Amino acid sequence: MKRSTPFGAGFARGFGRGWLGAGYVFLYLPIVALVVYSFNDSPVPNLWKGFTLKWYVKLASDGEMLGGLWLSLKIAFFTACSSLVLGTLAAFALVKYRRFSGRTLFSGMVNAPLVMPEVIIGLSLLLMLVSVQRALGFPERGAMTIWFGHLLLGMAYATVVVQARLQGLNPQLEEAAMDLGAKPFQVFALVTLPMIAQALMSAWLLTFTLSLDDVVLSAFLNGPGSTTMPLVIFSRARLGLNPSVNAVATVIITLVAIGTVVASIWIARAERERAKAIAQAQRDDG
Amino acid sequence: MKTFFGWLRRGRTSVIGVPYLWLVVFFLFPFLVVFKISVSEMGTVSVNDVLSIKDGVLQLTLRGTSYAFLTQDDLYFKTYLSSIKYAAITTLLCLAIGYPFSYFMARAKATIQPALLMLVMLPFWTSFLLRVYAWKGLLDENGWVWRALTALHLDQSLAYFELISAPGKLMNTPFSLVIGMVYTYLPFMILPLYSNLAKMDLRLLEAASDLGATPWKAFWLITVPLSKAGIIAGSMLVFIPCVGEFVIPELLGGPQTLMIGRVLWDEFFSNNDWPMASTVAVVMILLIIVPLAVFNRYQAEAQEKAA
Repeated sequence: MKRSTPFGAGFARGFGRGWLGAGYVFLYLPIVALVVYSFNDSPVPNLWKGFTLKWYVKLASDGEMLGGLWLSLKIAFFTACSSLVLGTLAAFALVKYRRFSGRTLFSGMVNAPLVMPEVIIGLSLLLMLVSVQRALGFPERGAMTIWFGHLLLGMAYATVVVQARLQGLNPQLEEAAMDLGAKPFQVFALVTLPMIAQALMSAWLLTFTLSLDDVVLSAFLNGPGSTTMPLVIFSRARLGLNPSVNAVATVIITLVAIGTVVASIWIARAERERAKAIAQAQRDDG
Repeated sequence: MKTFFGWLRRGRTSVIGVPYLWLVVFFLFPFLVVFKISVSEMGTVSVNDVLSIKDGVLQLTLRGTSYAFLTQDDLYFKTYLSSIKYAAITTLLCLAIGYPFSYFMARAKATIQPALLMLVMLPFWTSFLLRVYAWKGLLDENGWVWRALTALHLDQSLAYFELISAPGKLMNTPFSLVIGMVYTYLPFMILPLYSNLAKMDLRLLEAASDLGATPWKAFWLITVPLSKAGIIAGSMLVFIPCVGEFVIPELLGGPQTLMIGRVLWDEFFSNNDWPMASTVAVVMILLIIVPLAVFNRYQAEAQEKAA
């Protein structure tokens, strides 16, 4: 098939590659700089003075940062799990039930947190929680109220990811399973769930990282003693460049890179095995 | 078959009900609380309640004090305008960079497209806060970008257009703010545009070419109109959150770059004025409600179409 592009073929290819290359440099330059300057042996940021690991050594005994990290990991874990449950339910509701009263409001409320400025979400959630607390005596501001906020945001993202996958599914597979005598729950567990497993995993990871990263909602919803890692980083970054932030950044980037590589190998292997199983089933059939 | 749909119908109440109820309680209801507080008045220690019982009679006291204050002090008006200005500039720049980027991605070899897509999403997985902080280092004196721009004397033209305050000072200027916002929100523009452009039927372009259209004409008359949904979705994903952005102006902006998100934050955290912070939020919601409705409509349409 002939590719039609608005430019001459050779020029278009070169220009396209150049544009993509420049775009990726723009996207990755800050990450590279963060990592490089985490090894900088100089109290003056931005002036290279040789290689050191001292910021990592300091990080290991940085109680504020490590405490924040532990709290953030706990909140992120609960956020990811609960977002997945609520997001999957919401995605099912939107995909499987084409009509129910208040569907427009529902889809609006699911999508709005994706773009709604976080200061608005944080402020309104906090003011509501304060009103409730005044009336009922709970909840106390702390890890739990941060979790509420992160769940609101995480649910929206989880819904979008799961919904996209559910829509791509062939409903005939579920119907076939029903016709062959599977009970509804079996259909969900044995047919639907394996098919959306990959989307569920990406939704879990996405909401986990979103929660681990959030500053604004946490700042509104935190209480005494519940300072998450991003709040620690933010308060230091506000004051200026700080090598301890670079060291934390490098640790996080390394973990994300490892996680991504492991996840993509795992997904590729699962795909291969699935393809093998399908081929096997077809052979048995014939 | 019957039992499956029967189960769906029985499960229906909880499948819809649980997330629905949660969103009403934690998303919709809080806005009503904000509105209520915006028409309250700050008491000595806390916000006075709108509803009070005086001499056994329920009284409703609505105060427009905060709204009146908002219109009297033109700093608020200027800040709203400037937030919209920076959000619009960011959106246009993201579109100008992101459209060709997504276009070339979608027309690259099918085998490398997943890798190209992965590379766009990957920075999204690393902390947004840390990537914004990284720009502080790049733009500060002796940072990599600072060195490149001053070596090319580009800082002088930036200063001439008043995008930075003086040659050699890139941080805490409109320039650093916009670069940070474009950087952060570019993937939000690229992803919907890419998924739109990748799905496009290339035979339409062949047909146009067979009918005598130049490639350039075919691009403007076919590719661009067909990607309208992607352009709108991407632009809303960038514009709406940018209007109320707080972290980027706080880390990269300066005294010149008025942003309403920072004003709300200061009213709440520094001045402890909850009614004023709520008023600022209510007006901000009114500003973004039209783009928000457009975004929701296109999002819903895209979701219906995929089904």
